Amino acid sequence: MRDVAIVGANMIKFGRYPDKDVVRLGSEAVLGALKDAGCTIQDIEVLVSGNLYQSNAGVGQRIMKEVGATGIPVVNVANACATGSTAFREAWLSVASGAYDTALAVGSEQMGKMGLLGGGGGGDRAYSTEGVMGTGLMPGVFGQAGVEHMRKYGTTQEQFAKVAVKNHHHSLGNPYAQYQMETPLEDVLNARPVAWPNTLYMCCPTGDGAAAAILMSAEKAKQFTTKPIWVAASVLTSDPYSERNPTMFDINTLTRNASKEAYEKAGIGPEDLSQVELHDCFATAELLHYENLQLCGEGEAGRMIDEGATKIGGKIPVNASGGLLSKGHPLGATGVANIVEIVWHLRGEAGARQVEGSKVGLAHVIGLGSACTINILKK
Amino acid sequence: MTTETATEKQNKPLLDFIRVPEKYPAEDAYLWGTVCSACGAKFLGDRVACGKCGKTEGLKEVKFGPHGEIYVFAVVYQATPGLETPYVGAIIDLDDGVSVRGNVYGLDPTKPEPSWFGKRVKMYTEKVATDKEGNDVIAAKFKVA
Repeated sequence: MRDVAIVGANMIKFGRYPDKDVVRLGSEAVLGALKDAGCTIQDIEVLVSGNLYQSNAGVGQRIMKEVGATGIPVVNVANACATGSTAFREAWLSVASGAYDTALAVGSEQMGKMGLLGGGGGGDRAYSTEGVMGTGLMPGVFGQAGVEHMRKYGTTQEQFAKVAVKNHHHSLGNPYAQYQMETPLEDVLNARPVAWPNTLYMCCPTGDGAAAAILMSAEKAKQFTTKPIWVAASVLTSDPYSERNPTMFDINTLTRNASKEAYEKAGIGPEDLSQVELHDCFATAELLHYENLQLCGEGEAGRMIDEGATKIGGKIPVNASGGLLSKGHPLGATGVANIVEIVWHLRGEAGARQVEGSKVGLAHVIGLGSACTINILKK
Repeated sequence: MTTETATEKQNKPLLDFIRVPEKYPAEDAYLWGTVCSACGAKFLGDRVACGKCGKTEGLKEVKFGPHGEIYVFAVVYQATPGLETPYVGAIIDLDDGVSVRGNVYGLDPTKPEPSWFGKRVKMYTEKVATDKEGNDVIAAKFKVA
């Protein structure tokens, strides 16, 4: 595999764009990334587009028609919440393998106001299993995942709630976040319960968004930048057999497998990371991933949030962007946006939320059920 | 072409891994699944191969339930309109070695507590809906034992 550099990165502010379609959102991110890289669409040799809800609608080709249809190969990717990061990894593979010198990854999604319960209907049946035989929707699933951590280690709802306090606080420095608001612990705990132990402020919002990244071989990158960001590892896993899965989705094992592989490939350990953007779709998930990513030992995640180790300025800042809890989670865009965020920090361009002196960043995404990507980026 | 004159109302399972006997409810409905004789993995419902070891031979049908215990749960407040909330949506470890999703009744959903972990539960079945053909739809639920 060849070294691959990120030369361009861009995202639009996540939010609600009822007057635009997903192709326009994706195109805006692509144009931003091209400008950032100082290249044109004619320099791009392959496009990988991540979009989930319109995965059969040729979003990638439609974006090319919008920004300049050069006839290059276009691949449309769908991989649950890891759709965008899987698109990034396919673009990385295209260059790392030597097949192409430049690749563009774009992630886009338009979720409108479907809310947390979107996609949970029973199809054309007049009845559903949801709420009748347990729950399979994400709020319940990630509630159960958090409760499993409570069972094993005595973690409390308050400790999970502190994740929301921290991430919403971080969002105040991120103008690209869908929500920028302070949520004190009392407000988080007193917010409307969605699926205990997660309250409303402990759940990510749905919304619209897009993000794009331009990847190049080391040789090609020299033509465009003197400050490339390197992809030290790009890993994708699926969930191996575990005894309760798929009755109970296993969000841990595949993240553990991915992090182990990513650290090995990057030749670093978790202690070498300057910061992490991880998949906090629900506040409960973030604490689990501290352990899954080896940021702390088994059962220590509750203490880690108590001690403030994952705040900006702490030992290992997590979700300086505000995380999915504040930034939003437009499924296809999320994984690319996490990478864009890390790129901005490594370049020192992250503004008020900048993690000072960031040298190595890890971007983690998980989609059920299940796909996990980990990308480790370095200066 | 033949035309059915009188179609008799039937009992249909909500999910494939619930088996509803013809004489239901005089005969209990139950859960069924597959065990792999090669590696011992157990699954709800039918299989074309073992999801653990991949073997296609030696898959045997088995009956599961009705006894088990709560592994973990969430208390769901925000749900599809028409559902009674809050409810306890749990993962139940059946004594037979397979897990199933289920609502648990007999607990106060507003007071979740650690004593619920490992709490013994028993499965029961009941009609939860009527399908388009007018058949009763039968689901499995759990109550504290």
